[in-house]
Amino acid sequence: MQRFFPLLIVIFLVILFAYMLRDGRNPSEIKNIHVGEAIPQFSLTDISNTREISDQTILNEKTPILVNFFASWCVPCRAEHDNLMALANTHNIRILGIAYKDQPEDSRAFLEELGNPFYKYGGDINGSVGFEWGVTGVPETFLIDSNGRVQYHHYGPIVGDALHTKILPQLKNLSQ
Amino acid sequence: MIAEIGHFALILALVFACSAVIVSHLGAISNNEAIMQRTVGFSFAQFIMALTSFAALMYSYIISDFSVLNVAANSHSLKPLLYKISGTWGNHEGSMLFWVLILTLFGAAVAFGKSLPLRFKARVLGVQSLLILGFLLFILLTSNPFERLLPAALEGNGLNPLLQDPGLAFHPPMLYLGYVGLSVAFSFSIAALIEGEITPMWARWVRPWTLVAWTFLTGGIALGSWWAYYELGWGGWWFWDPAENASFMPWLAATALLHSAIVVEKRDALKSWTILLAIVAFSLSLLGTFLIRSGIMTSVHAFAVDPERGIFILGFLAFVIGGAFSLYAWRAPKLAPSGLFDLVSRESALILNNILLSTFTAVVLIGTLYPLFYEASTGSQISVGPPFFEFGTRLLMTPLIVALGMAPILAWKRGRLSKAFQITIPAAIVALAVFVLTIWSDINGLIMTALGLGLASWLVMAIFLDLAQKTQLFKTPSRAIKRLWNLPRATFGMHFAHFGLAIILFGITISEAWTSEKLAFMAPGQSEQVGPFTYQFDSVTPFAGPNYTGIRAQFTVLKNGVRIATLLPEDRVYTDPVTNTTEAGIYPLPSGDLYAVIGESGSGGRWSVRLYFKPFISGLWLGAGLMMIGGVLSLSDRRLRLGAPAGKKYTAPKMPKPAKSEV
Repeated sequence: MQRFFPLLIVIFLVILFAYMLRDGRNPSEIKNIHVGEAIPQFSLTDISNTREISDQTILNEKTPILVNFFASWCVPCRAEHDNLMALANTHNIRILGIAYKDQPEDSRAFLEELGNPFYKYGGDINGSVGFEWGVTGVPETFLIDSNGRVQYHHYGPIVGDALHTKILPQLKNLSQ
Repeated sequence: MIAEIGHFALILALVFACSAVIVSHLGAISNNEAIMQRTVGFSFAQFIMALTSFAALMYSYIISDFSVLNVAANSHSLKPLLYKISGTWGNHEGSMLFWVLILTLFGAAVAFGKSLPLRFKARVLGVQSLLILGFLLFILLTSNPFERLLPAALEGNGLNPLLQDPGLAFHPPMLYLGYVGLSVAFSFSIAALIEGEITPMWARWVRPWTLVAWTFLTGGIALGSWWAYYELGWGGWWFWDPAENASFMPWLAATALLHSAIVVEKRDALKSWTILLAIVAFSLSLLGTFLIRSGIMTSVHAFAVDPERGIFILGFLAFVIGGAFSLYAWRAPKLAPSGLFDLVSRESALILNNILLSTFTAVVLIGTLYPLFYEASTGSQISVGPPFFEFGTRLLMTPLIVALGMAPILAWKRGRLSKAFQITIPAAIVALAVFVLTIWSDINGLIMTALGLGLASWLVMAIFLDLAQKTQLFKTPSRAIKRLWNLPRATFGMHFAHFGLAIILFGITISEAWTSEKLAFMAPGQSEQVGPFTYQFDSVTPFAGPNYTGIRAQFTVLKNGVRIATLLPEDRVYTDPVTNTTEAGIYPLPSGDLYAVIGESGSGGRWSVRLYFKPFISGLWLGAGLMMIGGVLSLSDRRLRLGAPAGKKYTAPKMPKPAKSEV
């Protein structure tokens, strides 16, 4: 019997591979588990003298908002900052900022230097909130609809034409 | 015109491969020597056609003929000549053509050999031609490298700049020689299964081919990891990436095969297992190709993804591997062992080696494929990270290395463990002392560091003691040198390879435990302390290369105020396609590598930099080099070269039809 084992393993693997080769599967895409789902529970460390920021803060919003993970030590965050400022000031989008694995004084200095695009921001000093949201690094941005569901997830900085081809069309879809 | 010649040569190669398969089978069933002899000519013809085809593609690359789609998509007229040439195999189509070229090269080499009986040789060449046929069909139907582009492009797209590197120019050819070299062991196994018998001579024929493949595979893997170390710029050298595992699994299987073939050759045992290993080793090469070319998994080695190609390779894979194992299941009962041996013997030690190496192969295979299996069954994604593989490595390599120190001392058939213990006691004492001292000195307090150093010391000492025993160094030291000189080359080969493993183990353990690393945001003029070294950031200057621009930073490294090295890490931006690459600045000291990487610039003229001191990391590549030397030494052993006279002694009683099968 055991002489058939190698053959059985091969048959199993061929079936597995054939199944995984089906159309429309992109292995390099990492799916965020929250897209289409309700936002996870979290609460942020107060670093800007606001009242406590938690998932309830987002659920209380009546319009779609963006949640942006940033850090003062993150160079790509600097690159996307102008676009965040434009979203906040020109397009009047509320952005909740979460300073990921960053010291509060560094986060404050960062926003003081470049300007503050966030209507509220708080700290995720040990990265546990980022873990709940399933971020793989900073910056990452989530678009939340008015029902508190994650509608879109953007990896990396919002630079180049990403603002006009991705973020704004998604926002437009939601407000219709 | 040249491209059309290449294309036509490929079609002719297909015709010759087809002819070889048919002739091989017809010759064997009719037992007609004249027909069998034809396979030899057809094998040479396949090689010449594949060579013509490959030369045509390389020519198109060298003259930058952008009317060939493949050249336009992967080359650029401004590229240095070396990378125009290496661009030939730096893309999917060209690398498949290169794969076929090496398959035919090995086929022609087998055809050229004089020691094989004609009937068996014809069978081997038939199987080899069948493999060539499959790959040629794949190229011609899905990946034609000679497709024309009309109108021709004015300029090419360029080769991925990460690949424009001398280390990487030679990484694929080496690796392919290894991967494809295993096809010979595969063809020998299938031929033996078809013929239904395996003799010790079979092992003697197949072992040099496996050694060649193994030596190249070792070199290819080492070059790849060296490239990752200095080009990817984060100081790592092994990531357990699917593509790396794809090359590591055949290596492990080939290593097991090298050892089990010895048992077949010397003792006429383990036959069925050895055949299985030879099939598995090449199957893992094919599996690796499939995993990377089909786009079924993500990897740093991703090629342009095309589902049609994936399905074709999968079909071919199912045919070749499934066919081979079906044949195996059918024929295995005929392969009864004749050599008996005791529990304590060299044979048993080699079986232990095989159990551990093949378990290790299975661990790597499961770790590599588990995310696929998980996604297929649950729909969500996971990744299997280094901790899984590292745990498996430690668990399985520890007993392997302990056994490795003793095995060469054990006698064939019936060994005495007490004698082996007696000889290796000094090694055990040294290993234990190293282990205890490391724990005691409490540097990082890691038990794994102590274990690694202890094992490596054990291995080095055991090798020395075995040589001392064989040359009777302690009994009659005056004649030891002469005795050493008279030892078979294969013994030297074995010890070189094992010593290489010890050096690699030292390299891994020491560099893992004592690396100093600093991530800093620095402006020129500042300095940072990394371990015992002071890295002084002198300047950043822009510069231009042939097809890139970039910045070059200068670091002066001081120890106790004395300047010992200058590091020049670069950050390059290639023009076509626009890509960033980092070139680490590395200065190897005897004690370890000084390593600096320049990253992005921030505000205030400051740059993010990464500075490392990696002690004894060069042990990794030094060890791999020693393994390759071991392989070459073993190949040069006269017992392998003079196969024919010894052959008659073995073959005469075993071959049922010697009169017909001898040339």
